[in-house]
Amino acid sequence: MIKDITIGQFFPGESFVHKLDPRAKILILIVFIVVLFICRNFFSLLLMLVFSFTAVILSRISPKMIWKSMKAIVVLVIFTALLQLIYNDKGDVWWKPFPNGSFVITSGGVYGAIFLIVRIITLILLTSLLTYTTSSTLLTDAIEKLLTPLKWLHVPVHSLAMMMTIALRFIPTLLREIDIIMSAQKARGAKLDTGNLGQRIKALVSVFVPLLVSSFRRAAELATAMECRCYTDGAHRTRLRRMRLGWRDWLAGGVLLLVSATAVFTSFYPIGSTLIFQAVIS
Amino acid sequence: MPILEVRNISFGYGLHTPFAVQAIDNVSFSIEKGECVSVIGHTGSGKSTLMQMLNGLLKPDRGQVLLNGKDINETKKTAAAARFRVGLCFQYPEYQLFGETCAADIGFGPKNMGLAPDEIRARVQKAAAIVGLPSEKLEASPFDLSGGQKRRCAIAGVIAMEPEILILDEPTAGLDPVGREEILDMIRRCRAEQGATIMIVTHSMEIAASISDRILVLNKGKLHLSGTPQEVFADTQKLHEIGLDVPSYTRILRALRDKGFDLPDAYTLPDAAKLLCRLLKEGGRT
Ligand SMILES: Nc1ncnc2c1ncn2[C@@H]1O[C@H](COP(=O)(O)OP(=O)(O)OP(=O)(O)O)[C@@H](O)[C@H]1O
Ligand SMILES: [Mg+2]
Repeated sequence: MIKDITIGQFFPGESFVHKLDPRAKILILIVFIVVLFICRNFFSLLLMLVFSFTAVILSRISPKMIWKSMKAIVVLVIFTALLQLIYNDKGDVWWKPFPNGSFVITSGGVYGAIFLIVRIITLILLTSLLTYTTSSTLLTDAIEKLLTPLKWLHVPVHSLAMMMTIALRFIPTLLREIDIIMSAQKARGAKLDTGNLGQRIKALVSVFVPLLVSSFRRAAELATAMECRCYTDGAHRTRLRRMRLGWRDWLAGGVLLLVSATAVFTSFYPIGSTLIFQAVIS
Repeated sequence: MPILEVRNISFGYGLHTPFAVQAIDNVSFSIEKGECVSVIGHTGSGKSTLMQMLNGLLKPDRGQVLLNGKDINETKKTAAAARFRVGLCFQYPEYQLFGETCAADIGFGPKNMGLAPDEIRARVQKAAAIVGLPSEKLEASPFDLSGGQKRRCAIAGVIAMEPEILILDEPTAGLDPVGREEILDMIRRCRAEQGATIMIVTHSMEIAASISDRILVLNKGKLHLSGTPQEVFADTQKLHEIGLDVPSYTRILRALRDKGFDLPDAYTLPDAAKLLCRLLKEGGRT
């Protein structure tokens, strides 16, 4: 399963999404996330879902792969949905397992659970697309550019951007490493995939210790390698590629604004059928 | 009946992604009891992947792995049991050490087999002796050992399970010549004293030639050549095709022969040395 997690990896390509300015991509993502959490009914949520689906299609990244990578967080999704189902007692009572009514399933709970699932899926679709379509160099440059105003407050923007990129870059490397260590311990009979829950958790020690050791080793090696190439913080480097906003960025931003405005507006002033779900979710 | 038989196995990584790799493509071979077989091939030729299929860690997309005539992937249980019967020591095994003491780390496999503490202790001692790890080191933290000792400690962890077949994935990678000889001696001891069946993945033609009864040559996931060292290294053409070569001393013998000396081929260092000594004594061209 670990092999299927591709979040943080970069898939080179020439698609519309790949060619967007990385700064635009980050800003679009931020606006998108904010609006997604303002959304209060299925109509507005659907709009956002359509937006991220369109982005996925435009990026030409295989949806199958994104879906596979999403399977990894299924547990999280199911867990939040369950909580919603259990604790939301708004709306009509649909099912009452105990006569004293201490625990009921309501329409609010069911809609709420579905709403949450769709919201998380929508969120992950677009978020994973950012790293799928942007190389880590471009991503750092963009983050650094966007954070420039903080430089005046003496925030080490460049280092922060570097740290973020390194962290992102190392997700797939570490996952691969976990995979190898797990295989090696399984070869010695570690009950990582065969034992009961207790045994599995105990067996994890045999994975985490080597992983921790090798993470430190890697960090030290990387630091040495960077020093050997005379890396210093905040040196004024020129860039190989200047970032410039183009028609694609304005188009994508424009569409996002349109979608967001509609989503936000209908969240507060529901029209027509969107009214149905309004009460139960808010 | 061969102890291990592989029939037409194939395996791909990341199928359905842009990074799909056909790591193993329709490979078949078999290993007899007591044999020592080397697997050679370039980086990325699929050697490690192949080894992981032999002990049930990876399930072939197609084909079968038969251990004593029975398919190890029949059920999940048989695949899990195969891990103890085919001991696989990964590449750079020292990065997988985690125990508080070397003894604990070596005993990890036997413990997972559910053996009694006494039996585990006995096996740890025995395995440490085979790999030549000094017994006073058994109570030390594995992180305090030298590189070569770490490697031996990790290999002992696999030997302690007393598998029917021992597979070592590049056991000498990254070691100095002395460390390398020690590992090779250990392998020879294993064979002499226990009649162990061993597979070794290596990049070194010299190691493959000197230690094994048979050699398998992998290229891009396919079995390119296989046979005794004599057979494999006699087919120089086919080795050159994929950028491999015969051992360095064999090259020297052949170069001398081209200059008119009457020399047969030799594939192990002692044989080559003997020939050259004889040549020096006789001293003449024929
Ligand atoms: N976990 C993995 N995920 C995806 N691809 C992999 C994985 N492991 C190996 N590969 C790919 O499969 C192919 C075979 O790899 P493998 O590790 O078996 O080669 P190898 O012969 O052992 O190489 P080396 O001599 O470097 O150890 C390579 O192209 C490699 O990139
Ligand atoms: Mg390998």
